[in-house]
Amino acid sequence: MEIKFTINGEERTEQIKPNQRLLDLIRKDLGLLSAKEGCGKGECGACTVIMNGEPVTSCLVLAAQADGAEILTVEGLAEGDKLHPLQEAFIEAGAVQCGFCIPGCIMTAYCLLKTNSLPTRQEIRTALAGNICRCTGYQKIVDAVQLAADKMAAGGEG
Amino acid sequence: MNDLKQVNKSKKRVDAKAKVTGKAKFGADLKFANMLYGKVVRTKYPYAKIKNVDISKAEAYPGVEVVMTAKDIPNNTFGVIIQNQRVLAEDEAIYIGDGIVMLAAESKEAAEEAAKLVEIEYEELKGIHDPLESRKPDAQLVMEGTDSNQVVHHPLRKGDVETGFAEADLILEREYSTHYIEHAYLEPEAVTVVPNERQTLVSVYGSVQNPYATRDAVARVLEADLSQVRIIQDNMGGSFGGKDENISSMAARAAVMALETDRPVQMVNSREESIIESYKRHPYNLKYKVGATKEGKLTAMEIEAVADSGAYACQTPFVTWRSVVQATGPYEVPNVKTDTYGFYTNNPYTGAMRGYGSPPTCFAQESLMDELAEELGMKPDQLREKNMYRQGSHTASNQKLDNHTVSLQEVLDKAKESINYDKKYEEYSKEQTGEKKRGIGLAISYRGVSLGAEAIDTTGGIVAVQKDGSIILYCGLAENGQGLRTVFSQVVGEELGVNLDRITYMEADTSVAPESGSTVASRSTFMGGNALKKAAKNVKETMIEFAKEEYGVEGEIIFKDNALYTDSGKKIEDFSKVASDAFHSGVFLSSYGWYKAPKISWDEETGQGRPYFTYVYGCQIAEVEVDTGTGQVKVLNMAAAHDVGKAINPANVRGQIYGGVVMAVGHALMEDLGFSDGFINHTNFDEYLIPTAKDIPDIDAIIVENPDPAGPYGAKSIGEPTVELGGAAINNAIALATGERHYDLPLNLERVLIGRDLSREG
Ligand code: FES
Ligand code: FES
Repeated sequence: MEIKFTINGEERTEQIKPNQRLLDLIRKDLGLLSAKEGCGKGECGACTVIMNGEPVTSCLVLAAQADGAEILTVEGLAEGDKLHPLQEAFIEAGAVQCGFCIPGCIMTAYCLLKTNSLPTRQEIRTALAGNICRCTGYQKIVDAVQLAADKMAAGGEG
Repeated sequence: MNDLKQVNKSKKRVDAKAKVTGKAKFGADLKFANMLYGKVVRTKYPYAKIKNVDISKAEAYPGVEVVMTAKDIPNNTFGVIIQNQRVLAEDEAIYIGDGIVMLAAESKEAAEEAAKLVEIEYEELKGIHDPLESRKPDAQLVMEGTDSNQVVHHPLRKGDVETGFAEADLILEREYSTHYIEHAYLEPEAVTVVPNERQTLVSVYGSVQNPYATRDAVARVLEADLSQVRIIQDNMGGSFGGKDENISSMAARAAVMALETDRPVQMVNSREESIIESYKRHPYNLKYKVGATKEGKLTAMEIEAVADSGAYACQTPFVTWRSVVQATGPYEVPNVKTDTYGFYTNNPYTGAMRGYGSPPTCFAQESLMDELAEELGMKPDQLREKNMYRQGSHTASNQKLDNHTVSLQEVLDKAKESINYDKKYEEYSKEQTGEKKRGIGLAISYRGVSLGAEAIDTTGGIVAVQKDGSIILYCGLAENGQGLRTVFSQVVGEELGVNLDRITYMEADTSVAPESGSTVASRSTFMGGNALKKAAKNVKETMIEFAKEEYGVEGEIIFKDNALYTDSGKKIEDFSKVASDAFHSGVFLSSYGWYKAPKISWDEETGQGRPYFTYVYGCQIAEVEVDTGTGQVKVLNMAAAHDVGKAINPANVRGQIYGGVVMAVGHALMEDLGFSDGFINHTNFDEYLIPTAKDIPDIDAIIVENPDPAGPYGAKSIGEPTVELGGAAINNAIALATGERHYDLPLNLERVLIGRDLSREG
């Protein structure tokens, strides 16, 4: 079947199979590799992308559900060479270790900051509870989200 | 040391930008033209005779290119220490992760469908699933060609324990057990093998923790020269010791199929496949007997530690060796008798995991110290202070600790102060009302740096200054996520006075970099740092010689801020100009650096000698709240103080501490494979629970620095000491809160509530 959707600001029309996962559509058909598969079961958050303003675990979403949707992945955050404040903050706060979970964490944080522009550490921890990270102990990821919130408040970006 | 520019600074990670933009490619992100997708069919039973294998239907499935069994593999066994791990099982399956058939197809879907069509006829056999059973003389044998299930036995004898116990006023005997731990690296294993590429028989790309170990295995299986097998490791989604033998077997399988089909073969595990096949942390059964005078002086310790090796030897001999060295903990004990063992069973095989052989012994021994303090009517920290190593102390192996700073007092004091230990200990020692009770507990450790007497300990690196002054680094140690690229770049940047944006640390490539040993044992900063520092020094000397002649300068030449200066501070030339001039004058600006670790020694019979050339020291303190109605344990606070020698990158060091502490919290409280009779029941993150952001508090990471004379800029290590202390600290905190001691991990709800685990007999 054919679906139409917008991804990272670009309109696309794709032929998909009825049982195809959104994660495979994004990774294989579109070649956007930032979304990772860590569990295939909605448990780790490594495949998190934003669909219609909400973070979704794309391993549990059917590609067909993306018909008419607006999707955002980490590849769509930077404007040219200019990184998004969240990306800058993850670098500056030293929140990245192996990096496998990081795109998913950034997308979850992106949605959090849309609805709560100055979250507390506890609010950040709660929002990120679906994104497993085995490397960092989360502390610097929480630091990074706070730093991004400050940057965005100061610069009015995002 | 005060004017360091790159080292001892929290530089941004050199690979962070690629990772936040999604550009960093991991094993499963790679694509090659004409690539096939591989898949393995694994046994249904932990122990079974394989009576018949019918692959005809799978072969006939559309899109399938090749289906193979053990018979098709040139050499079916490999292993780092003992070569008894099989690429595929042939006559019998001996643990639940054994693969029996492998196949490759045009698509992942076709491979998955075809795998379902493989027909295997089994005769299920009764396996042996407890190392305490398999150690019995009449136990059935797990491994063909052996005459007992014992993989290894390490004894250590110091003084005479009988005399020591006779001198004691108090003797405690306790038994402990620890459980399987899954590494749970977020990236499941992924490997692609390209045949006949780049002058070699096979190129292996993917999430390989130890490129040279994987090269050994693949070359052995293919019966090929090492020079014909090229391993290229780039980004890796975590490893923690876990992407070694299982990746080697995956790479060997893909290599055999790639050569058979003459097409690239990619294999990527699902989480379930990963958990079922991969090796785990060793479960241990530990018996401790300790004697002390009523003043709290330790007189003797007797220890027996039995590790479950599972179906293969894997790294059991080395893992249990670290246990024997560190089993007494960091205490002066005049009389010690320790025996550590590993036994084969029909359980998942066990191997390297962050911490190696120390987390189980550390859990037992630091829990025991707390109980001993309680029996003696002493505060836990006082008993430790009375017995712990100080400068010049002798270890259980009778090694005198005098070539580095023994900093246990400092790490203990700093951790205590940061969490306000004394006050909280006093408060939580009083009667607490209500269901929720609080406690605070501590643990200290010493840990040998690098491999020790396990194996030859050498590392090489290459520093290559290009004619525009940019620098390429090669080393055989691998970036697993820990930040090694950044740390090595900082060391070379410091030596040559060059900023990090001019330095590129290349992916590990076994055909280019010198064989450097494995990226294990928290050895990389120390070993690789030393090797690259040497190489950079060589290049620097060449440049100094050239500059003196070319620019007619005399005296000392200083390398800083991308330029060369005279000792009076006058700029000679930019670094890039010197590089260019040197190149055009025919000067060679690259160098190998080779570092061999300081001398060590070990007596196999007595466990005496100098097992490690230096040690690190740590203290962690946990503050918990126990809901005595539900058994729920909440970690309220953790302080972790670690002496790292010198932090090359303090932000990275803190990152290692946070990550390690949280991992230890998971091990202590929640992680559980749901293991029964050889089967693993928790095969994904919905059941194998690891800590999430909301399960844990902010942690106070305290870096203690006592530079080591042998370390690069004084640096030692940090990765593993961070995970060995949390289990005991939390256990001790729970005991203070509830008044009840626990001896088995994990400290899940049932154990804490009613003192035993309902899902097991124990
Ligand atoms: S891969 Fe989708 S949540 Fe883990
Ligand atoms: S950085 Fe490795 S899983 Fe998060």
